[in-house]
Amino acid sequence: MTMLTVALSCAATLLVLAVAAPFIARSLANTLVYGLCAAAALISLFAALDHVLGATTPEGVALPLGIPWLGAHFRIDPLSAFFLAVVDLGAAAASLFALGHGHHEESPLRVLPFYPAFLAGMTLVLLADDAFTFLVSWEFMSLTSWALVMSHHGVRDNVHAGYVYLVMAVFGTLSLLLAFGLLAGPEGTYTFGQIRSMHPTPGLAAIVLILALIGAGSKAGLVPLHVWLPLAHPAAPSHVSALMSGVMTKVAVYGFVRIIFDLAGEPAWWWSILVLALGGITAVMGVVYALMQHDLKRLLAYHTVENIGIIFIGLGLALAFRAHGLVFAAALALTAGLLHVFNHSVFKSLLFFGSGAVLTATGERDMEHLGGLIHRMPQTAFVFLVGCAAISALPPLNGFVSEWLTFQAILLSPQISSWGLRLLVPAVGAMLALSAALAAACFVKAFGVTFLGRARTPAVARATETDRHSLGAMYFLAALCLVAGVLPGVFIDALAPVAESLVGGRMPLQTGMQQWLSIVPIEASRSSYDGLLVFLFMVISGTLAAFAIHRLASDRLRRAPAWDCGYPDQSAATQYTASSFAQPIRRVFGTVVFHAREHGDMPGPGDMRPARLVVDLRDLIWDAVYAPIAKAIGVIADRLNHLQFLTIRQSLSLVFTALVILLLVLAIWP
Amino acid sequence: MAVIVEFVVQGVQMVLVLLLAPLLTGFVRKVKARLLRRQGPPLLQPYLDLVRLMRKEVVLAESASWLFRAIPYLIFAATWVAASLVPTFRTGLMFSWSADLIAIIALLGSARFFQALAGLDVGTSFGGIGSSREVMIASLAEPAMIMIVFTLALIAGSTQLSSIAEFMGSPAVGLRVSLGLVLVALTLVAIAENGRIPVDNPATHLELTMVHEAMVLEYSGRHLALIDLSASLKLLLYISLVACLFAPWGIAPSDAGTAVLTIGIAAYVVKLAISGFLLAFFETSIAKMRVFRVPEFLGVALMLGLLATLLRFVSRGF
Repeated sequence: MTMLTVALSCAATLLVLAVAAPFIARSLANTLVYGLCAAAALISLFAALDHVLGATTPEGVALPLGIPWLGAHFRIDPLSAFFLAVVDLGAAAASLFALGHGHHEESPLRVLPFYPAFLAGMTLVLLADDAFTFLVSWEFMSLTSWALVMSHHGVRDNVHAGYVYLVMAVFGTLSLLLAFGLLAGPEGTYTFGQIRSMHPTPGLAAIVLILALIGAGSKAGLVPLHVWLPLAHPAAPSHVSALMSGVMTKVAVYGFVRIIFDLAGEPAWWWSILVLALGGITAVMGVVYALMQHDLKRLLAYHTVENIGIIFIGLGLALAFRAHGLVFAAALALTAGLLHVFNHSVFKSLLFFGSGAVLTATGERDMEHLGGLIHRMPQTAFVFLVGCAAISALPPLNGFVSEWLTFQAILLSPQISSWGLRLLVPAVGAMLALSAALAAACFVKAFGVTFLGRARTPAVARATETDRHSLGAMYFLAALCLVAGVLPGVFIDALAPVAESLVGGRMPLQTGMQQWLSIVPIEASRSSYDGLLVFLFMVISGTLAAFAIHRLASDRLRRAPAWDCGYPDQSAATQYTASSFAQPIRRVFGTVVFHAREHGDMPGPGDMRPARLVVDLRDLIWDAVYAPIAKAIGVIADRLNHLQFLTIRQSLSLVFTALVILLLVLAIWP
Repeated sequence: MAVIVEFVVQGVQMVLVLLLAPLLTGFVRKVKARLLRRQGPPLLQPYLDLVRLMRKEVVLAESASWLFRAIPYLIFAATWVAASLVPTFRTGLMFSWSADLIAIIALLGSARFFQALAGLDVGTSFGGIGSSREVMIASLAEPAMIMIVFTLALIAGSTQLSSIAEFMGSPAVGLRVSLGLVLVALTLVAIAENGRIPVDNPATHLELTMVHEAMVLEYSGRHLALIDLSASLKLLLYISLVACLFAPWGIAPSDAGTAVLTIGIAAYVVKLAISGFLLAFFETSIAKMRVFRVPEFLGVALMLGLLATLLRFVSRGF
C-alpha cells in the first residue's frame, strides 16, 4: 500500500468518524472520537514522515469522486508530505490533549462531529492535485472550522467572530478561485500537473500572485487581512484554537507556496518586494497588537499573525533569491521559512493548550484576573514557560533556530542585484529583529501576569492542576521544542527535498559531516550554531554554579513577607497588571500605531463612582480598511433596498435589461 | 595533545572572565568615587560582597515560586556561556563556533527574559515596574544590536565573532563610515544593556528611577550573589566585545604560543582598565535621563545601526 493511500484512508476514516460521532453513546463519545482521531493522525504522520525522509518519488492517484468527467486527483510530493507531517503532528497532539480537555466541554455534540471533519479537510487540501479538489477541500476546512468557532455560540462575541470569519473565508476562497481560474487558462486545465506546464504570461502571473496573497494570506493572517483571526481563533475550544492557529494557518502557507513556488512559473524580481514588505509589516504589527491584549488566547492569536509574518519574510527572501538565480541562498531562505512553519506549529499548539488548561481550571481568559498559577498548576506553568521561551526565540529552543536561519538568509542578500530589494531587505531585517524583541517582551507579560505573582481572584487561588492527558500532550510538545532546538540539523536535512523540488537547490547536508551536530548554513568560517553544545554548556555551567553554591555558600532559607522596599501591600490588586506592564511599550509604539491616549476619568463632586484611568486605542487598520467597506456596503444596501419592493413588471424588465447588457458586453469582448 | 591545549585555553577564558568581572565592577566604582573626590570602596569590595552574600541566609518572599529560586542559576549560566564565547585574549577558542554573535546576543536575551520574569514572580509593584521598563529598553536595544551585528557581518563576511575579530585586526579592514556608526551605536546599546547612567543607575535605590535594581529587589543571599556576579559578567562581556571589535590589538591568534598568550592576557587587562576608566568618566559627566527619554536614546542607536547596514547594502566601499 502506498503512503498516499494510507493518508487518504486516514482522511476517509476521519470523515466517517465525523458522520458517526453524533450516534456514539455520550459516555464513550469523547474518548472514542479523540482516540480515533489521534490514531488516524499518527498513522498519517508516519506515512508523511516516510515520504519526507524516504525521499521517495511523488505519487498520484485519480479517484472517481466529485464532478463525473473530472474526477478527484490526489498526489503526495515532498512539499505536501512536509505540511502533512506538520498537520498530523498538531492533530495528534490536539487529539491527545482533547482526550482530557474535551470532558470539560459543555455541549460536546457541537464539537465532536466537526473536529474529525476539520482534520480531514486540512489533510485533503494538502493532498489535492487539481484545482477543483483543492478549492472544495479548502472550503470544507473553512466551514468545519467555522462550525467549531461557533460551538460556543451563546457568547455574544463569538457570534460576531464567526460572522467576520465567514465573510473573510468566503472572500479568500473567492480570490483563490479566481487565481486558479487564471492559472487554468481558457482550456480549463484543472489538474496541477497540467497547470505546471502552462507557464502563464508575466501579467497573468502577477495577478495570480496578488490573488494568492489575498486568498491564502487572509487565511494565514497577513496584515491587513488578519482581522478575523484574533476574533475567531480564541472563540473556538482550546484544542481547536491550537489547531487553527498552529496548523490551519500553515495549510494556508502551503496554499501560497504551492501556487507561487510550484504552479505560477518563474517569479519576477518584484514579487518578493510585495511578499517581503507584507511579511515585515505583519511581523511587527502582529506583535504590537499582541502587546496591547490582556485576553490570553487573543494575545496568542495575534502572535500567530506575527509568526506568519516571519514565515512570509523567509518565503519572500526565497522568491528574491530564486528570481536572481541564487539557488543556494533561495534554499536557505525557504528552509528557514519552512522550519519556522514547523516550529511555530509546535510551540503555538503548546501555548494554546496551556491557555486551555488555565481556562478550564479558572474559567478565565482575561489575564487581569489571573496570577500566581505557578503555585496551583506547577506542571502547566513549566511547559507553558518552555513554549514562551521557544516562541520568544531564546536559545537553545527551536524558535531561535529558524529566526537565526532567516537572519543568515538576510545576510546573503547583498548578492541580489536589484536596488529596490537591497534597500528593502535591511529594513525587513530590522523589522524582524524588532518583532523578535517585542515578542520576548510580550511573553514576559503573558507568562508573568498569568502564572507569576499572586492570585488576583479567589477562583484562581483555588485552581487545580489539569488532567494527565492534557499534560502529556503539553510535555510532548515541550520536549519537541527542545529537541528541534538542540538537533536542528535533522530537521533542516528533512527539508532538503522540499527545497530541492521548489527552488532547485538544497542546503548543505547538516548531519554527519560537522562536528558536534552544529548547523552550518553556508560554510563554517561564515556562521555556525550548535544548539546541543549551547544547551550542554548552559546545563554544565548552571550545575557547576549550583554545586559550588551548595558546597561553599550557606544553604539556610527563611520565608518572610515580601520586602517591596519596606512597604509590602497585602492586596493582590497592587501588582503590576498586563496593561500596566505594557504601558511603557504602549507609550513608545502605541502612540503611533494605535493613536493610544491615556486620560483620567475623574467623577464630579458628589459622584460616588471610582476614578479610572482610561486608555483609548484605535485599530487604525480596521478604521482605514474595513470600516469604509462596511459603511459602503451599508449605504449601497440602503440604496438598493427599494428593489425588493418592485412590482413584478418592474422586476421582469430589470432582469431583461440586465440580460441584454450582459450579452452586449459578451458580444463586444475581444 | 592539541585538543587538550585548546580545552585548557577555553577553560582559562571561562575562569578568567569569572575572576575579572567583579574586579572590573570594583574598578569602575573606585574610579567613579575618585572622580567625585570620594575615597570609595576598596577595589576588591565586590568579591567581599559576594562572599558576604554567600554566607547569609536567603530570605524568600512568601509568594515566591520555584521559578524564582531557579532563575539566578539560569541567568548566571546563560551569561557565563555568552561571556566565555567572546574573544578576550585569544581568537578561535575551542567552542567559539558553537554560537555566533547572533546567538551570543540571544543568550543574553534569555538571561534578560528570566530576569524580567523574576521581577514579576513575587507580585510586588516594584518588581513589575522594573520588569516592564527592562523589556521596554530591551525591545529597542535588541534590534539595534542585531543591526550592529548585520553591519559587522557584512564587513567581515561572517557572523562568527572570532572571525570578525580576526578580520578587524587585519589590515584589510581600513577606515569605514559604517564602522564609526557601529561604534557609536554599540556604545549606546552597551550602556543601556548594562543599566549604566544615563539609562539606569546601578547604585540607586531610589524607587522611581530603578530598573535593574527594582527587578532584583526581592533577592537576597546566595541568589543575589549570583545575580550580581552575572551583572558584572555582562558588563565585562560588553566591554570585551567592544575591545575585540574596535581595539583588537594584542589578541593572540589561534596558533599562538604561551608567550603571545601572556601578552594577550596582559593586553586584555589593560584594555579592560582603559574601558572601565572611560565608562566611569562618562558616567560621572552625565546625568541620568528620564525613563521615557531612553527610547529616544536607543532610537538613535537603532537608526545608526540601520544606517550602517544600509550603507553596507548599498556599497562595499563604506
